[in-house]
Amino acid sequence: MSSRLTVMYAEQGRWRPSTDREPHGQNSKRETRSRRLAKVNHPLIPKPWKPSASKTLSNATKKGALAVDHLSFTLEHGQIFGLLGGNGAGKTTTISMLLGLQVPTSGHISVLGQNMTENRFAALARMNFSSPYISLPARLSVRQNLEVYGHLYNVPKLKMRIDQIAEQFRLTDLLTCPAGDLSAGQKTRVALAKSFLNQPEVLLLDEPTASLDPDMGDYVRTALENYRAQTGASILLASHNMAEVERLCDQVLIMKQGRVADQGTREELINRYGREDMEEVFLHIARNNAI
Amino acid sequence: MTGGAQRIWGLVYRHLCMYQRSWPRLAEIAYWPTLELLIWGFTANFFSRSLHGSAPILAGTALVAGALLWEIVLRAQIGVTLSFLEEIWSRNLGHIFVSPLRPAEMVLALPTVSAIRTFIGLLPATIIAFLLYHYDLFAPGPVMLLFFLNLLVMGWWMALGIVSLLFCYGSGAEALAWTVAFGITPVACVSYPLASLPGWLQPLAQALPAAHVFEGLRSLLLSSHMNWNQLTAATWLNALWMLAGIAVFGAEFRRARIRGALISIGE
Repeated sequence: MSSRLTVMYAEQGRWRPSTDREPHGQNSKRETRSRRLAKVNHPLIPKPWKPSASKTLSNATKKGALAVDHLSFTLEHGQIFGLLGGNGAGKTTTISMLLGLQVPTSGHISVLGQNMTENRFAALARMNFSSPYISLPARLSVRQNLEVYGHLYNVPKLKMRIDQIAEQFRLTDLLTCPAGDLSAGQKTRVALAKSFLNQPEVLLLDEPTASLDPDMGDYVRTALENYRAQTGASILLASHNMAEVERLCDQVLIMKQGRVADQGTREELINRYGREDMEEVFLHIARNNAI
Repeated sequence: MTGGAQRIWGLVYRHLCMYQRSWPRLAEIAYWPTLELLIWGFTANFFSRSLHGSAPILAGTALVAGALLWEIVLRAQIGVTLSFLEEIWSRNLGHIFVSPLRPAEMVLALPTVSAIRTFIGLLPATIIAFLLYHYDLFAPGPVMLLFFLNLLVMGWWMALGIVSLLFCYGSGAEALAWTVAFGITPVACVSYPLASLPGWLQPLAQALPAAHVFEGLRSLLLSSHMNWNQLTAATWLNALWMLAGIAVFGAEFRRARIRGALISIGE
């Protein structure tokens, strides 16, 4: 079973070479589509930048600043892929597009063989997502929240699955508590439990260990490693925790100002910049003006 | 349960759980219909006692029936929009929209929640109408269910239009959830016949199913004549408006995806 996820972008109808291998004879069709999408008069800015104090940036917005531009990558089956970047680098926009929440102005996103612009529901049932920035209904108990999402994802034997996942994320004692009464760390664990409910083949995690204490953070990282090992799932991880990225990620893509600043394995990146660890690589890229 | 039905149930269940755990929300559902009924019920009582003959009694009956039935439209519309707004307020839309729940399933789930809310909301008012004013809403027979259904559907397509505006303008448009249905009350002909409206307003009223429902209802209550033409007109208009509502909902959902507004709709 393939859990491949590809992202290919073009700008103004020109395709950037991609690592993805597509069947022959598809390019002209996709190029046509790319031109059509490029005509959509919406730059990739879900929330337009509004630093109105700066004339330059204001002009940039008028021209249509791109939140994500020329991004191209493939997440292979069983891979943990780190998506790094400073605030406003375009990580959230990228994840939104991968989930089909946002339509790219040009380019193509394929998840589990499905075009996410046109046929996202076929893939969404086999994916899941967690972010500390999106809440679960506060009035509902933890169990009720998991039941709701269990139904939305058509999870079979739901009660058994909820008990299993609650035990895995140490939530058993919290199942009857309203989600709104939980601590930030507990909410993060509930959101993670929700994202594991349907045993996704592709898991998108936005800062999965934010707000977790070191013990629980380590526990979750181990859970991610085990899940990948057991199921062969592909995991895309957006994180600011460089130690976590070094431990978990097979491939790392660093974004800056919506573009790919660099990409490679953690060893490749560390060696390329002659640094000690990913933290230093990240700082080097973040503080260097050139992309 | 099939996949689609289970997903629809998931969203309905989410709202049922919320009401189960929040008595103020549950009380609010019944509060306004009961209040409206009391106001119009006592007004009708006053007229029937002050004036002589059977006309004031019949007018009072039509007034109470109108008050109760117009609440169906209001509660049906608010039931859908409020359920959608609950997702915005709880910042949960991001999770909903990345689940396999289709927009069409959402369009089915929200009116289901609304129907349950409307039933719960109107039950105390219906009982009070019977006890205080001796008004039996179901006295005209099963045909009343057709009137109810038409009014429910009218509330739903109005709500779909409002949810579409929420896609467009985010939670900034949430005031519309409470104001739109009240705004069209004057042309809904709830308490007076269509002919009472100025000529230029009548075509607008005739385009609304409510005017036909209430014309038919008055005919049934005041002269015991069931005017099927009015009910048929209301049903056709509802079908057309509902199709338009679904089309607008679908178009605005697609536009929100292009703009990337689905994840930031509550901000």
